[in-house]
Amino acid sequence: MEAVYAACVGLLTFSGIFLCLRGRTFPVVLGLTLLSYAVNLFLFSSGRLKLEGAAILGTSFSYTDPLPQALVLTAIVIGFAMTAFIVILAMRARADLGNDHVDGRLPPQPAVKPRRKKEHA
Amino acid sequence: MSEHLPLLPILLPLIGGLLLLLPPLASTLERQRFGALSIATLTLLSSILLLQQSAAEGIQLYVLGDWQPPYGIVLVADRLSTLLITLTSLLGLASLLYACAGDDRTGAYFYPLVLLQVMGINGAFLTGDIFNLFVFFEVLLIASYALLIHGGGKQKTQAGFHYVALNLVGSSLFLFALGILYGTLGTLNIADMSTKVAALSEGEKVLAKAGGLLLLAVFGLKAAMLPLHFWLTRTYASASAPVAALFAIMTKVGIYSIYRVHTVIFGANAGDLAFIAQPWIWPLALLTLLAGSIGALASPNLRELTANLVIVSVGTLLISVALQNEEATSAGLFYLVHSTLVCAALFMVADLISHQRGKAGDRFVMSRKVRQPILLGSMFLIAALAVAGIPPFSGFVGKVLLLQAAQNAAEMFWAWPGILLSSLVTIIALSRSGTTLFWRRSNDKSQADPASRWQVAAIVLLLLGAPLLVVLGGPITEYTAAAAQQLHQVPDSLHLLLPGGES
Repeated sequence: MEAVYAACVGLLTFSGIFLCLRGRTFPVVLGLTLLSYAVNLFLFSSGRLKLEGAAILGTSFSYTDPLPQALVLTAIVIGFAMTAFIVILAMRARADLGNDHVDGRLPPQPAVKPRRKKEHA
Repeated sequence: MSEHLPLLPILLPLIGGLLLLLPPLASTLERQRFGALSIATLTLLSSILLLQQSAAEGIQLYVLGDWQPPYGIVLVADRLSTLLITLTSLLGLASLLYACAGDDRTGAYFYPLVLLQVMGINGAFLTGDIFNLFVFFEVLLIASYALLIHGGGKQKTQAGFHYVALNLVGSSLFLFALGILYGTLGTLNIADMSTKVAALSEGEKVLAKAGGLLLLAVFGLKAAMLPLHFWLTRTYASASAPVAALFAIMTKVGIYSIYRVHTVIFGANAGDLAFIAQPWIWPLALLTLLAGSIGALASPNLRELTANLVIVSVGTLLISVALQNEEATSAGLFYLVHSTLVCAALFMVADLISHQRGKAGDRFVMSRKVRQPILLGSMFLIAALAVAGIPPFSGFVGKVLLLQAAQNAAEMFWAWPGILLSSLVTIIALSRSGTTLFWRRSNDKSQADPASRWQVAAIVLLLLGAPLLVVLGGPITEYTAAAAQQLHQVPDSLHLLLPGGES
């Protein structure tokens, strides 16, 4: 279970960071979302993974640490609000700046006609 | 009443911000101004009262819901945090005063946002556990996102997207670090963590070290430490003046967190994990100074110059963190108060200059002269002298104290040239900009309105700090020295911070 769990967190983080480094706002927003999923899973596992453990006293024979669950809940709520904000901001940037590039302007196009350069050289 | 005092600097701006959204106060701008200013004044008063109380009676612990630490949520008002909330409340008041001149008309909900931001910053300074530090970071960040793009415009959205995306990545890293630290230490209370960190097993030490350094990266992002400082110039330069002035404290929240985490948890008592951040902070502090100085020389306008001076002040503060002794922390706190006030004032002066020079704004080009050359010139001169560290004002005292805190030859070799050369560069950059802004002018009359009373009042309130910090230098340095002692001698106050004993 631990290996699968760790692999999932790793994969989510990898995809999140990869997407964050893209040039357009939509992949970046998706990347941030994936990163926050990875973080939530990771926080949840910081209280150790345990099957069939209850978080409330007097309801079970085996207990699990309730604090990470509270932390994850807080992190989910905050992450949700932040994602909503950045989605709106990305749409506003698309409207204000006329493109969806994170820098607000399209990168310069690669130089065309390489043949001519050769002739000059 | 006095037992609930530590909660007031958080509760007052929160309730005030919410009230300002409701009909009786929200209906007209005058009522909003009156409400916001009175709440900011009340917050400042409660902060000052709390500062006096914590100075007189020692650390104030506020246990929310009476769930005793290390399990419950606590607010810790010690000398360091009360000094900083007083500074924040003062800055919030000045920023609101300045905004009353018309910056509040450019968009909705300006006052509630400023008050909520003040609440977030005060909370971050007061909280005693590291997860609430994260929560308050998010509160202050989401208010700052909205404030940054307040008023709208291409530049603001462009800078805003970078700022928000970077900080969201930062928040994710913060949570990763918290997860690692909770997994190894089993607690999130800062005082409790400091007692547990020395007793970790070999395998857990590596994890805790990773967590601690990850936290350094996160706080470095907020504080604009070198490789993570690129967002700052554009963000601060594009924000409106009262917002930029309020943001002057935001980098200091990062510095404060580094002080708190890397002196209390990973400080002298951490066994093998003692001072894990120091080998990183030293070079990064000097490089931050270098980057800020180069940026200051290359800035095309006064706002960007001021933003770069904020980076220089962050570098100077990081040196005080790297020196890692009580004198350095004390000097650093003095410098922190000074640099926050003066940089905030400089942002406001830059805004006034840019309004009065017409089309040229605050760019360093020849233009018509400003409407009120004497008023603006003297404000600029005082701010410039203070920020560069020239004798009659507070920057000089702060820098001298910091130079004295370097104890051995190696520390002097690295710290002195860094601080002195960056001051020299600051003088060059500011004198160059001042001569261009005020003396290289055409004969056109300025058609701009003179500065309003609100704006002048706000700047005077902030600039009063420059001479006052020198006149009251004795009591203030005594206070910061005691604050630094409290920060470094954690075991002395553990019986106060963990009344139930170690868990």
